[in-house]
Amino acid sequence: MAQVNEHVHEHQEATCWELLQEVKDPEIPVISMVEMGMIHKVKVESGVAYVEVLPTFVGCPALEIMKKNISEKLVEGEGINEVQVRFVYDPAWTSDRIALDARDKLKSFGIAPPPVGFQPGDTWEVTCPYCDSPYTTIENLFGPAACRSILYCKHCKNPFEALKPIY
Amino acid sequence: MGELLQVETAQEALKNQEYTQALVDLLFQLADDDFILAYRGSEWLGLAPHIEEDVAFSSMAQDMMGHAVMYYEMLEELGVGKADDLAQLREASAFRNAILVERQNGAGGYNDDPHYDWAYAIVRSYVYGLHKKVRLESLLKSSYSPLTLISRKMLTEHRYHLMHWQVWLKQLANSTPDARARLEAAIAKVWSDAGELSDLGPNAASITGFGLIEAEATLREVWLKETQAIFEAANLSWPGEPGAAKERGRAGEHTADLIQALATLSEVYRIDPAASW
Repeated sequence: MAQVNEHVHEHQEATCWELLQEVKDPEIPVISMVEMGMIHKVKVESGVAYVEVLPTFVGCPALEIMKKNISEKLVEGEGINEVQVRFVYDPAWTSDRIALDARDKLKSFGIAPPPVGFQPGDTWEVTCPYCDSPYTTIENLFGPAACRSILYCKHCKNPFEALKPIY
Repeated sequence: MGELLQVETAQEALKNQEYTQALVDLLFQLADDDFILAYRGSEWLGLAPHIEEDVAFSSMAQDMMGHAVMYYEMLEELGVGKADDLAQLREASAFRNAILVERQNGAGGYNDDPHYDWAYAIVRSYVYGLHKKVRLESLLKSSYSPLTLISRKMLTEHRYHLMHWQVWLKQLANSTPDARARLEAAIAKVWSDAGELSDLGPNAASITGFGLIEAEATLREVWLKETQAIFEAANLSWPGEPGAAKERGRAGEHTADLIQALATLSEVYRIDPAASW
């Protein structure tokens, strides 16, 4: 019986991960929270889904919206009666957690993805998401969301945003 | 202390009354510093020198407010009270922030002919930020594991604040004589309070004894060394040993500025604590 339960839970957890692909980052609607690398763990026990989420920024005002969206989505899953979302800080979210294929989606949305494998002391060089020119300048380290900066492309003359390297 | 214990959870901390007391005392200092300076930052909204700065300053205030929330939630976990109540319903004498962070932004009031001092905003934010970095780095080795985890996260955000203030400091220091004179006046004003930042309060011996954070002298030494290097790189003369206000914020002594800040920030919450935002 225990083994059967185990099997059911595994199946339900897989369903949860699939459903979570549909929960988008409220401030970047082209990529999911799974692709952002924000979902750390999903566990299902007796109809309750426990989800551990890694915040990108501690004071991000979108966190409560994310919590609500996750809960509303997962109760659609078969046998899920309750959802408990918890924010955890171990491991710390870093921008390297963003899925590689999600980086192209960010570009298509006009947001330059963060560099991969950024180290302290590295120079943050950003290429334009529209024309790929490296001839860009930072207009403001701080943008419309805590995780983004505002830049300008001197080649195609477009303003754009970039996700900050968080490392 | 020879053998330091590592405490993983609030429940574990609560088994030792003295440890809990030291932890609570430290958490109030961390929370109140960030909370009150974030509030002062929010009072710049719409008043910063240009629109990009308005966005930047409010982003940083929002980050700091988020950090304060984390500390208040840790206090809630330790059974001290509800996080929102701790932030909004305590009297000034229960606050443990340093006097530096509670000072008004300048002459006038936010709604009453503000003549705020931008140079003071830069220097206060930067000097505080440099100290906060040293404090967070020390907390990475704290005996209270939840503090080490959250410090790691806060540092990733905080480094962008430092970069921002670094740019302002350098530019103003190397700008017109007027800019430089204002900057120097702001440094003198900040410096007369800044010494209190590394004060760990009346219970300091217990806080450091339990390995929650390094000793005041260590924090102070690292902070002053790093700040001095930055001042020198910006071609600013070193103001020497920092002073402290006559009130000791870490012991609950505060100026009328904090009373004003608390009355304003908690006005709505006191009218209707059940209001949802």
